Amino acid sequence: MKIAVCIKQVPTREWQPRLNDAKTWIREQDAAFEMNEPDAYALEESLRLREKHSGEVVVCAAGPARIQQVLREALARGADRAIHVEDDRLAAADASVTADALAAAMADEKFDLVLTGLQSDDQGHAQTGVILAERLGIPHSTIVMEVQISGSDLRIKRELEGGWFQWIAMPLPALLTVQSGINQLRYATLKGIMAAKKKEIKKVAMPAGLQAAQEIVSLALPTRSKQTRLIDGSPAQAAQDLLKRLREEARVL
Amino acid sequence: MILVIAEQRQGVLNRASSEAIAAAQALGGGLPIKVAVLGESVGGVAQELARTDVAEVLVAAHGALGTYTPDAFTMAAQSIIAATTPAFVVLAHTYQARDFAPMLAARLKTALVTDVIGITGSGASATFTRPMFQGKLVATVRPKPNGPCIVTFQIGSFRADAVRMGSGAPVTKIDVTIDAGAIRQKPEAPFQEAKQAVDLGQAERIVAVGRGIKSQEHLPLVQKLAAAMGAEMAASRPICDNGWLPMERQVGSSGQTVAPKLYVALGISGAIQHLVGMKGSRTIVAINKDRDAPIFEVADYGIVGDLFEIVPALITELEKR
Repeated sequence: MKIAVCIKQVPTREWQPRLNDAKTWIREQDAAFEMNEPDAYALEESLRLREKHSGEVVVCAAGPARIQQVLREALARGADRAIHVEDDRLAAADASVTADALAAAMADEKFDLVLTGLQSDDQGHAQTGVILAERLGIPHSTIVMEVQISGSDLRIKRELEGGWFQWIAMPLPALLTVQSGINQLRYATLKGIMAAKKKEIKKVAMPAGLQAAQEIVSLALPTRSKQTRLIDGSPAQAAQDLLKRLREEARVL
Repeated sequence: MILVIAEQRQGVLNRASSEAIAAAQALGGGLPIKVAVLGESVGGVAQELARTDVAEVLVAAHGALGTYTPDAFTMAAQSIIAATTPAFVVLAHTYQARDFAPMLAARLKTALVTDVIGITGSGASATFTRPMFQGKLVATVRPKPNGPCIVTFQIGSFRADAVRMGSGAPVTKIDVTIDAGAIRQKPEAPFQEAKQAVDLGQAERIVAVGRGIKSQEHLPLVQKLAAAMGAEMAASRPICDNGWLPMERQVGSSGQTVAPKLYVALGISGAIQHLVGMKGSRTIVAINKDRDAPIFEVADYGIVGDLFEIVPALITELEKR
């Protein structure tokens, strides 16, 4: 079973946003990066499927040179090899360009299954996986919480809203976008980190002439929809003040 | 023309689709609006939609649309778009739209702007605002459509009760071409994992906890605060993913939507998926060490600080009574 897992490198959760001078993207030099969380769950799921059904896990990503960090991390956690579509313009690319870049690098590999996170914690389009499926000409499902494979039959549990789920069967090859929490993540071992150094990262150029479907005109800090009353003081003072306001102003206690 | 694709399940209109109609009316720019509803038997929903101020309600009734699949819905939407040539296709950013709208955009090789929270300008010159970086930033984006521009609106970004009502729009059947052999997904019936023992939707007060609690062993602290406030305990997604609290206590787009009198968010950063589940609460309190956390955007009262210092102080103070 040949499994691809598509991952993205995004700013860490602790990152405090700062914008470039044109206010069209972030100041990347200030940001620390990590693996997009839903993609980490997709990687874990692909490793578990390989353990059950044997085969190969190939981690695929499209981005500038800095994304090598998350590719190495994926290899250290157990992926067999990596494909890196490298281009600086991919750092802020939209879902359409990212999917096109990945599709061009992945088409000849003829993967049986492609996994990726349901959305990225940076631009958050929640589109790349589905567009990629379409470009590869394979069926898809999204927001997946469980994966079962027997022979060439795939059966997955899809999350619906409000605590509902649904099982869906489809033929392989297929693409699934994975929901966070589908499994328990493993961390890289020292042995894994050492082994990753010898694993191949194949670099691929971005195809020429990819067209973005949208452009970022500007980025800004969100404006507050509500006036938040911030309460200062020591923990004891703040607690006292807050409870007084909840009782007397808001009347909710 | 703006085409709204409404969502229904078993003959019940998704409330978010009314919000999508309100968004389409705001996008307007003189463009007429048509609402399409897809399904096997959706006459009742069509009549409900016809009461809104739109030019026409299109009913795409087909056996292959009875149970949702992305393949069938994409083919049906393609048929409707080919027949009506809209400038915009508008949907609510539901799990269903997330499943098929990108496929539709890919098939049509056109632009899809998702999770939109605001519109600037109208008609063809419109730009859209949408959250990025987990809501830490808001982007203004300009679509570059090649054909219809597809837009999905975040749930709650437009109000369903803001929909302009009309004098009865005509309801028309529209033929859709669906190649049943090209539907690759075989869905089974939707189900709920477990009977929900707690109905957070009925709780007057909720104390919710997020990543800031750091480990499961700190949960009794939160429980104690909830008890002292007469509140139910809830959590953001990562806490339930870790199995620290059961899924039925999860608030957010994949859990329950709540609107209590008082919602206290402890160590919850406020990712959009969480905010959509609780921002309708009457009074929101946020306690978080990161003063830039998006949760403060919806909070009425905020304390920037360490929850491990503030929560014990709150419990002490509450127990004085």
